[in-house]
Amino acid sequence: MIDLANVRTITRKELRDALRNRWFVVFTIAFAGLALALSALIQPGGASLRALSYSRTAASLINLVLLFVPLIGLTLGAANLTGDRETGALAYLLAQPVSRAEVLIGKYLGLAGALLATLALGFGAAGVALALQGSIQDAGSYLFTVALAFLLALAMLSLGFLMSTIAQKTTTGLGGALFLWLFLVFIGDLGIMGTALFTQMPIQTVFFIAVLNPLQMFKIASILTIQANLDVLGPAGLYAADQYGSLLLPLLLLGLALWIMIPLAGAAAIFSRQQKLVLRGTAR
Amino acid sequence: MIIAKNLTKRYGKTTALNNVSFTIEAGEAVALWGANGAGKTTTLRCLLGVQGFEGELMVNGIDVKRQGKAARAAIGYVPQETVFYDMTVLETLHFYARLKKADPQRVAAVLEQVQLADQRGKRVNMLSGGMKQRLALAVALLADPPVLVLDEPTANLDVRAQRDFIHTVQTLNQSGKTIVFSSHRLDEVIALGSRVLVLSDGELVLECRPHQLAGELGLHRWLRIWVETEHRENMLKVLDEQGFTYQPNGRSVYVRVSRGEKIAPLRSLELASIPVEDFDLIDGELVIAEEHHD
Repeated sequence: MIDLANVRTITRKELRDALRNRWFVVFTIAFAGLALALSALIQPGGASLRALSYSRTAASLINLVLLFVPLIGLTLGAANLTGDRETGALAYLLAQPVSRAEVLIGKYLGLAGALLATLALGFGAAGVALALQGSIQDAGSYLFTVALAFLLALAMLSLGFLMSTIAQKTTTGLGGALFLWLFLVFIGDLGIMGTALFTQMPIQTVFFIAVLNPLQMFKIASILTIQANLDVLGPAGLYAADQYGSLLLPLLLLGLALWIMIPLAGAAAIFSRQQKLVLRGTAR
Repeated sequence: MIIAKNLTKRYGKTTALNNVSFTIEAGEAVALWGANGAGKTTTLRCLLGVQGFEGELMVNGIDVKRQGKAARAAIGYVPQETVFYDMTVLETLHFYARLKKADPQRVAAVLEQVQLADQRGKRVNMLSGGMKQRLALAVALLADPPVLVLDEPTANLDVRAQRDFIHTVQTLNQSGKTIVFSSHRLDEVIALGSRVLVLSDGELVLECRPHQLAGELGLHRWLRIWVETEHRENMLKVLDEQGFTYQPNGRSVYVRVSRGEKIAPLRSLELASIPVEDFDLIDGELVIAEEHHD
């Protein structure tokens, strides 16, 4: 039975710790600064020129999210439990009347709150700047893109927590998180492209492999939201639009939700099994 | 208050505890004595329900194996070295008070109890080792638990902080708290304990009163005495004549003393007009080369 009061107490502490974290503050400033800078690139002129310019800015914001959000989500998550385990603070916390599930959920929610606040600040600043220029054509699609970025952030945090439960040391956790970031952002894409070219892979296979990557899910969903078609993604995008039609966006949202839940469930299972493994050992 | 039956704990192929059984009555102060790796900390971790084990363990009527969280609510825990989060003393106490479902008004009371009231606004990482241990004791007392579990609580403290801490725990024991603590310091066990459970290689090998421990284990108290070189021969002669067991070591000599007669060698030297430069009291077995003089 999970005690929500304990979860809330740990969440508040984690949220406050994250907001005091120097690296987190640097990330927040950098993200908000870059988002504002991108919004300033909107070209003055007539409505059609501003609309074209907005699309480019929105696409740049998506690329900014694809680069920054996985990095901060993965590293924040990966360093959390390992850091507390190394200092001994986790052992002391677990010696109190709390359950492991309460600790994990509380920590996750605290970091998630801090991460989403950072994204809200960056997107909010850029949104205000764009609105002042009269460049936002559809506030709804902008807000939906922000919501997609939130889902991606939560998915990356879940993956970070999974690494944090597996790794024993902070350095190992952070190393794993950075490798995963590189893989998701760069190596994964390049690998799929290279393999597809080399093996003459069918287009549907390329699409399926690509959308296994949560970053691709976010990218495709965001482009769909802004442009309503996937021409920009080439044959794979056209295949997806043709094959799934209006179901594509809900499917991508479901995929992102699964990327949040499955790694977090894995982290919870491993974190509680770290005790159960001991129990299993004693049962011999 | 605490009943352990056939407590067994294995880490892979290593057996950390092997069929350990004991009962601790309410209000007792029981020391777990043993060398590093004897199973003291493992026993305490079992009491807290933070690791699995075989056997049965009841704390305050709660089955630790099935209700670890409830058992931890009945225990105040002080580790050897407490690592707190980066908060002030007051924030730390409020944080743990919420987790322990303690009345927030208890915070001020425990701060007074451990004499940290004037440090309430200070960041925890600015506190001395002794103050951190007192803060850990304050956290342990927040929910006014019937049992206190202390894992070598004075191991990292200086002499004065050790004395203050032991005095505070003695007072808590006198007020009715059941104390379980691990230690490998004879003076601490004698000052604090009412009973000693001796662990060796994960097995309970002896149960005795604290004042019997030294004799049962062949441990001794030694008075180390320094005199000027010119008085050394005379000193050894006096110690021989008075029938003391001693071991010379450079400019000093270790003299075996019993608990109530620690002053006896110094008195003998004073009567013989041998000036003593300095002295120290040491518990346990000497690691210097054996050189018995009975």
